[in-house]
Amino acid sequence: MDIFDILGPVMVGPSSSHTAGAVRIGNVAFHLLGEEVARAEITLHGSFASTGRGHGTDRALLAGLMGMKPDDPRIPNAFEEAKKRGMAYRFDSADLGEVHPNTARLALTGKGGGTLEMEACSVGGGRIRVRQVHGLAVDFGGERPTLVLPHYDRPGAVAKVTDQLACAGLNIAAMQVFRGHRGGLAIMVIETDQAVPEAIRARLTSVCGVESVTYLEESE
Amino acid sequence: MAYDSIQAMLDDYKRTGTALAELIYQSQQAESGISREAFMARMEKLWDTMLAVSDGYTGEEKSWSGLVGGDARRLAEAPALCGELMTQVMVEALKQAESNACMRVIVAAPTAGSCGVLPAVLIPLYRQGASRDRILEALIVAAGVGQVIAKRASISGAEGGCQAEIGSASAMAAAAVVMLRGGTPDQAAHGLAIALKSLMGLVCDPVAGLVEIPCVKRNVIGAVNALSSAQMALAGIESKIPADEVIDAMRRVGTIMAPSLRETGEGGLAATPTGREAAKKLFG
Repeated sequence: MDIFDILGPVMVGPSSSHTAGAVRIGNVAFHLLGEEVARAEITLHGSFASTGRGHGTDRALLAGLMGMKPDDPRIPNAFEEAKKRGMAYRFDSADLGEVHPNTARLALTGKGGGTLEMEACSVGGGRIRVRQVHGLAVDFGGERPTLVLPHYDRPGAVAKVTDQLACAGLNIAAMQVFRGHRGGLAIMVIETDQAVPEAIRARLTSVCGVESVTYLEESE
Repeated sequence: MAYDSIQAMLDDYKRTGTALAELIYQSQQAESGISREAFMARMEKLWDTMLAVSDGYTGEEKSWSGLVGGDARRLAEAPALCGELMTQVMVEALKQAESNACMRVIVAAPTAGSCGVLPAVLIPLYRQGASRDRILEALIVAAGVGQVIAKRASISGAEGGCQAEIGSASAMAAAAVVMLRGGTPDQAAHGLAIALKSLMGLVCDPVAGLVEIPCVKRNVIGAVNALSSAQMALAGIESKIPADEVIDAMRRVGTIMAPSLRETGEGGLAATPTGREAAKKLFG
């Protein structure tokens, strides 16, 4: 565990898993959507569903969806803030099956019409794992700089992407590729040791088969 | 690589004569490549946040459930029984833990529920004249030994009960205070061991599953225990069981602890008639 997971994060209370982790889940979803959220439908599972309200899990998720980080003092007022920004939201609770007890599923529509479905869990100490994006199983925490690239499953797509990173001198710390079915939508999740400059990200968008490039910066 | 054991830290200190805080920085640098400036800037931010929590506390706020708030002020205004420093430590622990329950910005140390312990012992000593640099060193030592506890055992109430949260926080704070008061690394390890031993077996039994009852007041015992453990260690009192073995024992106690006593809000105080009634009122 990183030393700043032991001392830290600086966060709005009361719970690193139910509050800080929930903000991070919302924040990652906001970045993956890539635009302001117009409408959010949020399903809470397990302990998130049963004790979330008392921990401000709902406000924390909304705050994250508005781009806030876990130490943002506006988190307690997230409902009012969402209203001000014209962001609609709905919370439900449901049994999502064999998933982590602190799991949230988010269905988002952006102000520009983009959509995102994501499922993530809060695993303790404010750390999270994203477990599903656009219906595809993934597994990443957003602790390192992370590229998330939905793409069409074609030979060479991975090689072209990693080649761009290699040319830029960026080292891959972890990489995962997931696909729904052969030739269909797939997703590359690449965690790097260094920050990925905007110019490199722009080059990745033009790689054949890559649908979009989302970048999560290192979380503090 | 972060240290796997307290003993390895002590060995490196004996071999190189490098201060504990410096060894911990170097291990972090090797792992993440973080520069000294960035590392210290983050430590400074943690410390400034702890101070801001203390200064920003008014005693006016209530937690979401209405069950927590105002006790630090109550304690500060009442006649002291435990002496000046100990009373300040108790007040500080309540301030930080209440602020957490009231959704203020705090520093998880190591968790949000146990956020009051470390600042509770450091802030009064800082106000007594400890320098900022020595405080930052103490924070680094607390974080470094906390990392060993997290690695060998756990710092999560859901995994190891409250001994893993308040117990770990108390052990980290004891080591920090020993270093702050000019003790040796060996003495810091003894302080850590004594503190952790003294809270071993403590269960995590939050009423209604919230980080309120008994979490807020347990920050006080964590802080007081850290101070008494540090004082014993500074006096040359040793833990007959070495720190790493105490940490390992804490892990084993956590694994055999019933799930109802590990943050599920089903056992201990949460299962008392009053605890159940509170939960029913809040969540139906």
